[in-house]
Amino acid sequence: MKFATSSSPHTLESNSVQKVMLEVLLALVPGIIAMTWYFGWGILVNIAISVAVAVASEAVVMKLRKRPIMPVISDFSAVLTGVLLALALPPLLPWWITVIGAAFAIIMVKQLYGGIGYNPFNPAMAAYALLLISWPTHMTSWLPPSMLNSTPLDFGQVIGVIFTGVMPAGLSWDTISSATPLDEMFTRLDMNQMIDEIRQSPLWGDFGGKGWEWVNNWYLLGGLYLLFRKIISWHIPVSIIASLLVLSGLAYMIDPAVHPFPAFHIFTGGVMLGAFFIATDPVSACTTKRGQLIFGASIGTLIFVIRNWGGYPDAVAFAVLLMNMAAPTIDYYSKPRVFGEARDASDD
Amino acid sequence: MHVAGSSSNRRKLWQFHGGLHLPDHKSMSMQRPPFEAALDDLLVIPLQQHIGEAPEILVKEGDRVLKGQVLAQANAYVSAPIHASSSGTVVAIDEQPVPHPSGLSATCITLQTDGQDKWDDNLPQTINDYKSHSANELLERIHWAGIVGLGGATFPSRVKLNPGPHKPIDTLIVNAAECEPYISCDDALIQQHAKEILRGINIVMHILSARLCLIGIEDNKPDAIAAMQSAISEHETGNVELIVIPTVYPSGGEKQLIKILTGKEVPGNGLPADIGIVCHNVATLYAVDNAVMKGQPLISRMVTITGEGIAKPQNMIVRNGTLISSLVEQAGGYNDNIDELILGGPMMGYALNSDKLPVSKGTNCILVTQKAESPQSPAAPCIRCGKCAEVCPALLLPQQLYWYARARDLDKVQDFNLFDCIECGCCAHVCPSHIPLVQYYRFAKTEVWAREEEKRKSDIARQRHEFRDARLARIKAEKQAKLRKKKEVLDKKKVGDVDPKKAAIEAAMKRAAEKKKKLQVEGKIPANTENLTAAQQRQVDEADKRRENTES
Repeated sequence: MKFATSSSPHTLESNSVQKVMLEVLLALVPGIIAMTWYFGWGILVNIAISVAVAVASEAVVMKLRKRPIMPVISDFSAVLTGVLLALALPPLLPWWITVIGAAFAIIMVKQLYGGIGYNPFNPAMAAYALLLISWPTHMTSWLPPSMLNSTPLDFGQVIGVIFTGVMPAGLSWDTISSATPLDEMFTRLDMNQMIDEIRQSPLWGDFGGKGWEWVNNWYLLGGLYLLFRKIISWHIPVSIIASLLVLSGLAYMIDPAVHPFPAFHIFTGGVMLGAFFIATDPVSACTTKRGQLIFGASIGTLIFVIRNWGGYPDAVAFAVLLMNMAAPTIDYYSKPRVFGEARDASDD
Repeated sequence: MHVAGSSSNRRKLWQFHGGLHLPDHKSMSMQRPPFEAALDDLLVIPLQQHIGEAPEILVKEGDRVLKGQVLAQANAYVSAPIHASSSGTVVAIDEQPVPHPSGLSATCITLQTDGQDKWDDNLPQTINDYKSHSANELLERIHWAGIVGLGGATFPSRVKLNPGPHKPIDTLIVNAAECEPYISCDDALIQQHAKEILRGINIVMHILSARLCLIGIEDNKPDAIAAMQSAISEHETGNVELIVIPTVYPSGGEKQLIKILTGKEVPGNGLPADIGIVCHNVATLYAVDNAVMKGQPLISRMVTITGEGIAKPQNMIVRNGTLISSLVEQAGGYNDNIDELILGGPMMGYALNSDKLPVSKGTNCILVTQKAESPQSPAAPCIRCGKCAEVCPALLLPQQLYWYARARDLDKVQDFNLFDCIECGCCAHVCPSHIPLVQYYRFAKTEVWAREEEKRKSDIARQRHEFRDARLARIKAEKQAKLRKKKEVLDKKKVGDVDPKKAAIEAAMKRAAEKKKKLQVEGKIPANTENLTAAQQRQVDEADKRRENTES
């Protein structure tokens, strides 16, 4: 009797890229619900636009490359990129900006480098950086969280604003939009105001911006789920958060009047999303464990530096992109000790 | 004082990095007691069943042979003889397909059995008091018996048991871990022959002068543990410890087992003997006992025939040379919807293209898989998730190795320690992109070997070329030196005032001329130019003219 042969191991598949991506999407659900709760339907509309464009872009490129479309689409990596980009966008962003961002992420940042596995940069963050630099006003016009929003828009109104740019009668951008807490904090610090003064504003919650701190909590919960499911390892998120806490803690101890409390840094802006969902993107991050610690700590440091002295209030995207560039080099110099190799002093 | 081998571990156990918890599927083949497989009409015995040189064939077609008779003897140090596994007639010595990943054929000796299964009368004496025999005598016996590593590596045991005087061995480690899923032949063997295995251990400890023996066995084999334990307590040797280790694949890897039991790591390109350890599989020790105490060569072994594709999974004691198809038949045949026929376990075994292949010394398991419900998806690009590095027991970076192997960067793969890869398959098992990683590593290894071989050959060619050039240059120089010497001698002669020979000739000519002149003057002899005829005078004139012309 004749048999087909294949290379060992002859075990059934125990894991798949699709499974990994679905787990990450599942872990994002609490954060998405929280974002929608605080910032309205716009979040979901953004996600819908972004995901649709990301998946369509991927399909078009695969068609152009004459490769089968379904196996690539069905790994859900484009869906994840679409969702991650959308979660970084303001809730009432004009639809065409979202379209440009999602298409750029997939076509330029992912597929032109060869598709999944070959992109040196995180596609969602590269697209976010492009949009932020190109349309800074649009990209920084956020809504206040629901508890501070006296004129919440219903679903139809949100669709109208996003797709036509026309405000509902009696409302204008100035009346409904609001700066993000990070923006508020660092703009006013630049105006030489003290933290005590700044915190008089109703924008603030217990340790971060109202609403934002809870969004970050839900992202943290999703991140812990990923850790529990062993989709990600602790090295990158822990080193990001720890380095950010240490640096902001030192600054706070030196002069609490002009440096916000460390928890503010963690629970405001995109740190939780960045630490658990974006910096851990395996394709563009470090792969050795020591390398991941260096990678994460550097991102945390860069976030602190850019927030304090940079031109943009939130820094997660830029910090991640900068470290994406350094990842291969860090990997090369952080090879682990091989079994049977003498332990040298630098190893633990 | 410690109590010899209590089954609760007093010994501290170490862990190796990575590894996998796999469903073991071992009970499948342990539900029926092992039996001796039927004697087939034809036995196809491959010549090369071990690592090293092939043995030299001693029989020819038509010879009648007896069970246990040497069919081919080992002449090289790293080699092993093969023996007739039953009595009968040699009907063919030719190329036959053998179980090998390449699927190629190799020389085999085919026996037509006579059904009498008659032992050779000239088998060596049994050795009952091995302690009174020298290590060399026992090693010779082990060599004669054709014993090789039966865990699958098939390295000649005599060589492994003789690490040399500069490598003293402290500890014998017995590998009873059997960490691959599905395989249960060692489990079955221990349950049947714990006593013999223990005796084999003592013989080997005597050969090595080892102080201690540690038997490592995974905790998923309670019956084997109990059997071994009772054998040990019965014989109160005091220096043999049974150590139950957690079931983690690949704890049965030699280096991994040594790490678990001793905390020591075998150096990257070294051997266990370098750290005072020798490691043997239980089946090998059983074969040692057989060779020494019974004087029988290695002609059969315990084989697991199992998998979802087999009707009645089973352990069998199988003669060397029995065809796999015959064993499958004895195990109830194939189930429907079978997929692959694998020699070895699912993690490290290799797929065979046919079941008309013989069982040899290294065959521990025949695994027949069933087709998966969902088809295996094709390999996707690596997403660098690093799961492979997390499970790698050699602490390698499998994805980097994959990357460089794919790019055929043979220097970089060695930078990333390709040759520390034990091909356990953990990385490929967890890979979410389903990349056949191990296949890439095997490819890269053979490429490196091929390159080294080529380099070695070109080095030799270059050396020979350089040597030839040097030789030609030397010969030329010697010739020139000779010529120069000759010339110098000649020149010296020219420079010297009078050449005695020339002078003598000149003197003689002078004397002759004077004598002639004198005679002419006296008129005794007339010159022959006188009294010439007119024609003669004309000829002389012409000759003179010609001479003048040529001289001018």
